[in-house]
Amino acid sequence: MSKSVKVKLNCPAPVQEFDSITIGHGGGGKLTQNLLKSGVFSLLNNEWLREQGDAAVIQLNGKIAFSTDTFVVSPLLFPGGTIGDLAVNGTVNDLAVSGARPLYLSLSFILEEGLEMTLFYQILQSIRDACVEAGVEVVTGDTKVVEKGKGDQIFINTTGIGETHPKANMGMNRIKGSDAILLSGPVARHGITIMSKRNGLEFETKLNSDTRPLHRICLELMDKFGSKIHLMRDPTRGGVATVLNEIAEQTGLGINLIEKELPVEDEVAGACEMLGLDPLYVANEGLFVAIVDAEIAEECLDLLQKWEHGSSAAIIGEVTEDHPNKVVLHSSIGGRRVLAQASGELLPRIC
Amino acid sequence: MKYLSEFRDEEIVRTLLGKIRKCVMKPWNIMEVCGGQTHGLVRHGLLQMLPEQVRMIHGPGCPVCVTPISLIDKAVELALEHNVILCSYGDMLRVPGSTISLQQARAMGGDIRILYSPLEAVSIARQNPEREVVFFAVGFETTAPPNALSVEQAYREKLSNYSILSSHVLVPPAMEAIMSDSETKVDGFLAAGHVCTVTGLSEYVPLVEKWKMPIVVTGFEPVDLLEGIYMVVSQLESGEYRLENQYRRVVKIDGNQRAVHLVNSVFEYRDREWRGIGEIPMSGLFLAQKYSDYDATLKFGPLKERSYEDSGCLSGDVMKGKIKPHECPNFGDGCTPVNPLGAPMVSNEGACAAYYNYVAQDSKE
Repeated sequence: MSKSVKVKLNCPAPVQEFDSITIGHGGGGKLTQNLLKSGVFSLLNNEWLREQGDAAVIQLNGKIAFSTDTFVVSPLLFPGGTIGDLAVNGTVNDLAVSGARPLYLSLSFILEEGLEMTLFYQILQSIRDACVEAGVEVVTGDTKVVEKGKGDQIFINTTGIGETHPKANMGMNRIKGSDAILLSGPVARHGITIMSKRNGLEFETKLNSDTRPLHRICLELMDKFGSKIHLMRDPTRGGVATVLNEIAEQTGLGINLIEKELPVEDEVAGACEMLGLDPLYVANEGLFVAIVDAEIAEECLDLLQKWEHGSSAAIIGEVTEDHPNKVVLHSSIGGRRVLAQASGELLPRIC
Repeated sequence: MKYLSEFRDEEIVRTLLGKIRKCVMKPWNIMEVCGGQTHGLVRHGLLQMLPEQVRMIHGPGCPVCVTPISLIDKAVELALEHNVILCSYGDMLRVPGSTISLQQARAMGGDIRILYSPLEAVSIARQNPEREVVFFAVGFETTAPPNALSVEQAYREKLSNYSILSSHVLVPPAMEAIMSDSETKVDGFLAAGHVCTVTGLSEYVPLVEKWKMPIVVTGFEPVDLLEGIYMVVSQLESGEYRLENQYRRVVKIDGNQRAVHLVNSVFEYRDREWRGIGEIPMSGLFLAQKYSDYDATLKFGPLKERSYEDSGCLSGDVMKGKIKPHECPNFGDGCTPVNPLGAPMVSNEGACAAYYNYVAQDSKE
């Protein structure tokens, strides 16, 4: 079982002439150069960045997976991570659940004038640490600065490419009735952590975000089970309910979800009750759903449960030819209901 | 004791369902007053588990649903035209006003903030002395004490930039109005557990006596709801009517007297319009004279006489139990949670949204 590498390098923030980001830092001149050289390049140091070409030239083999995502989370720092961790792990995981080994990232910032330099460096360091942990290199990027009031401190875009596993053969068209649905860990942890720190909603919790790279465990599943894994997805925004609804809608099949089997931590369940939220719709980060051939479901679960973050992994339901296009939740008390698509922003209710 | 899993126990649920089935002979219409109870019934799939003689009617106890459209329009106006920091509970944001919702007003640049506690709004007022801060004080007897506390605290601190847009409504007058409607088909009530936690039980005694019908104060978890239903059905089948308290672990006979006293000192009782239902006598809480400086409608101008509402929404009939949500001609086609025509399709606790999300899609099979 491969263990992820935990590296924390604490370099002091390099001395800059400014305490905060100014419009000049995005102008392309000396200020931009200083910011890049002393910050981005020195922290993320590699042959491509040292080259400072207009494009990074890289060698790849086989089928390539390619994904992009933009990160605008507020607050920027939260228990268990930063927007920087999310920016790396988010794209890494989109590649991972596509059956690919993530290799290279692009990294682009939109900075708001006035962003504190120390905060920017703190985020950069978390990006570096996340890259080291995931084993990926940032090979190209961009920095723009917008006027105060035109952004929200920092927005980050990452695009990633990776080589797909030779045994990977996944897609909606591979899913069939009787497939088992596995979940790699407890739901809703990231979303509830973020919400607990959001202005106006603060509540005390010991929860940490579950942001982490998933490719090692995903590739291990590929190695062992190959094409018996029919689909993997990371249920970020919209949560597990949204992923399952997309599957039901796109395949025209139905899904039975067993509430009793859903791993929900007590603290998350309590916070959801208080806020009037259903954990199935709350965002996750270091979590994935796997739709697998029923014959390997138990073996697959065994492997997942041996993973360092997989102790509460579970088989949470099955694909069925009954009730096409619908996700039906079998409640823990023996009732059933349709699990609908989320309708937009999650809004905590009044009482 | 975790106060959650033991009230979602499959064995106990099965036992209670067995008791209800054994006891019920005739068809009965039981109204759960509170939207939280409606949500509980549909979320756990309880409606389909009940015997068909037990017909649940989903009452008007969703604060978001009954807040008059004129107040939503006023909140939008405050945010966009008076440049106030408008603070609100989350689920008010999507409710359609006569032109736009607060969510749309936020997209147009209104400074609208979602809070969990009105005391947070007071601290925003303290931190922003140059800005006016208005809290959209919506809710039943449950949110009245914290909202009263926010006004009382602002008064004590002499904060002049804090006010509330009050849309407080009360449960017992609504139950009285429902029973007075000649088309009403309600045989018994599950009263709202959390409301009674604040007010106690005394206000419900006259209702039981006048209408000769059972009222059972009930909680929100599956075991609570089924026990409450069983207690109502048992009374109905034996021709009895009395007030009972299923939610004894939380609700005390006298309620929370400190909270009641606070509410009575900050607010006074007046007639209030309920969206979709109309005016109900003495059913609203309005700021008392002493606290009138904290009334946003006095500070920024009164509500418009009557805001325009002609969406085809039949929410009143739904909340009075005359029709089921999916019997409305707009349900699911013209009216969905993404594009709601009326408030009950917005909130999690609204009967239409609950049906749309959990029940009717199933029954359309």
